[in-house]
Amino acid sequence: MTGRASKTIHVETLARVEGEGSLYIKLTGDRVADVKLKIYEPPRFFEALLRGRHFSEAPDITARICGICPIAYQMSAVHAIERALGIRIDPSVRLLRRLFYCGEWIESHTLHVYMLHAPDFLGCQDVIAMARDHREVVERALRMKKIGNRIVQVLGGREIHPISAAVGGFYKVPTKYQLREMVGDLEWALEASLETVRWTGTLEFPDFEQDYEFVALRHPDEYPFNEGRLVSNRGLDIDAAEYEDHFVEQHVKHSNALHSVVRGRGSYLVGPLARFNLNFDKLPAAAQQAATEAKLRPPVKNPFRSISVRAVELVFACAEALRVIKEYEPPALPRVEVPNRAAVGQAITEAPRGILYHRYAFDDQGLIIAAKIVPPTSQNQRRIEDDLREYAARLVAWPEEEATWKCEQAIRNYDPCISCATHFLKLTVERGEAERGKANGL
Amino acid sequence: MSMRIICCGNPERGDDSAGALVAARLRELGVEAETRTGEAAELLEAWRGADHVVVVDAVETGAPVGTVWRWDRRHARFPVRSCTSTHGLGLAEAITLARVLGRLPERLRVYGIEGRRFEPGTEASPEVKLAVEDVARQIVAVAVSSTS
Repeated sequence: MTGRASKTIHVETLARVEGEGSLYIKLTGDRVADVKLKIYEPPRFFEALLRGRHFSEAPDITARICGICPIAYQMSAVHAIERALGIRIDPSVRLLRRLFYCGEWIESHTLHVYMLHAPDFLGCQDVIAMARDHREVVERALRMKKIGNRIVQVLGGREIHPISAAVGGFYKVPTKYQLREMVGDLEWALEASLETVRWTGTLEFPDFEQDYEFVALRHPDEYPFNEGRLVSNRGLDIDAAEYEDHFVEQHVKHSNALHSVVRGRGSYLVGPLARFNLNFDKLPAAAQQAATEAKLRPPVKNPFRSISVRAVELVFACAEALRVIKEYEPPALPRVEVPNRAAVGQAITEAPRGILYHRYAFDDQGLIIAAKIVPPTSQNQRRIEDDLREYAARLVAWPEEEATWKCEQAIRNYDPCISCATHFLKLTVERGEAERGKANGL
Repeated sequence: MSMRIICCGNPERGDDSAGALVAARLRELGVEAETRTGEAAELLEAWRGADHVVVVDAVETGAPVGTVWRWDRRHARFPVRSCTSTHGLGLAEAITLARVLGRLPERLRVYGIEGRRFEPGTEASPEVKLAVEDVARQIVAVAVSSTS
């Protein structure tokens, strides 16, 4: 390629990411001239919808933002409101919330590892092509996902749009018997997760590492779900109430989504890689051992290896679900009474894709005056662009089709959860004059 | 033979609510129907063990809004991508994947309702609402004939 040649990679609608997004990369010579990841993101609409509603409605309203991670939205909402009001929940309710999150992580990580990300590494167009050559792997994924669904169904009251999570607890809690019925399946899922770590360890990863600021919750005793301080490998150590002092959202012309940055530093990474690197010591022994055998040692700086880290988190989620079920005694009351009073509260929980921040302010009737929701994908968006800027520079000499696929794969490392919407893959590639001449044999 | 009716879509996104609206109308008419997001793995599980399945979803084929489109498994391949796909795997992928894995129900019929607007917080178009009534009545007729 000559210095004058330029190439534009333009994926109008990204495949295998949730919702609407598009990618534009302009390569000039061996230089990346421009990277724009465009995302359409619905939380802004929901923030407006919440105003004037009672805080008790927030968990169910925000759960509808995403079909894949409704529990994350419910958990950040209930914790933010409980923190605002100083509500202390029953320890059994706390255990159930961890189990709820286990179900969502199992569903979401299984879907992403096997059905969305693995085809990239196996050279398959999609999971359907993968099913033809690796049928047993897809069958395993479907069974694992079903077990995650089952947890969400038992705790959430139904399989989609779960409705049982409430401020102060749950509207209805399961019996010990209902939970113990799931033990056999979860024991199988734990073994299947260990196999998933081994299997992902056999995949080939591009040699690509970046110097990330990893941001995740950290709890003194647990791998994080619902609680903890927000920490990073660059010295951040804050309470959720301080989040907006340290992170700012910036409007960018090319995207409906706001870009989050660490004040004074820039992009950062949330999600499995961040959690794993900052909380490896809190993983159960089985997960640590599986990671070590797969040659995963913190800090993992190669984003393509996130598929293996998700698999390690599947081991954790299954082991944690079994622990919770073993310890569970139903609470005396499924939920505590929650008074109406004017207050402001914030919470951060760990959605499968990374930290999810909620803030609510409500009046003395409990009616919401303001709501702010910062989903993990908008926090990772700047970081994805930074990865692409570095990664695309290595792809200048590659044929367009392969370069485009590689870039999409780099985006899928983050399992971006954009919205629930239509999408079709439309690819437009424009070549610069010099290269077009070359292609025509001139 | 009992029939399982699975209605897909996001009720918060305009014409994508077509499936949920059909489910609600069927319940009013005394016919049981499930609502689902339309994600492929979830659909494969939802129709597991059923011989006769009807799926309702919003579609976008370029036809006039409100057009009702029908497909059943006797056709070789599913010709459109559905609208309600979360995470890029929706009804079309569920049908293709089920075919590969041998998990396609013996009788599977899909009703697609052509949508136009899918923005969060919007209502279904008037043409889609009319189509919902039409599809619900067609499904009731099938349900009655399958039980009689």
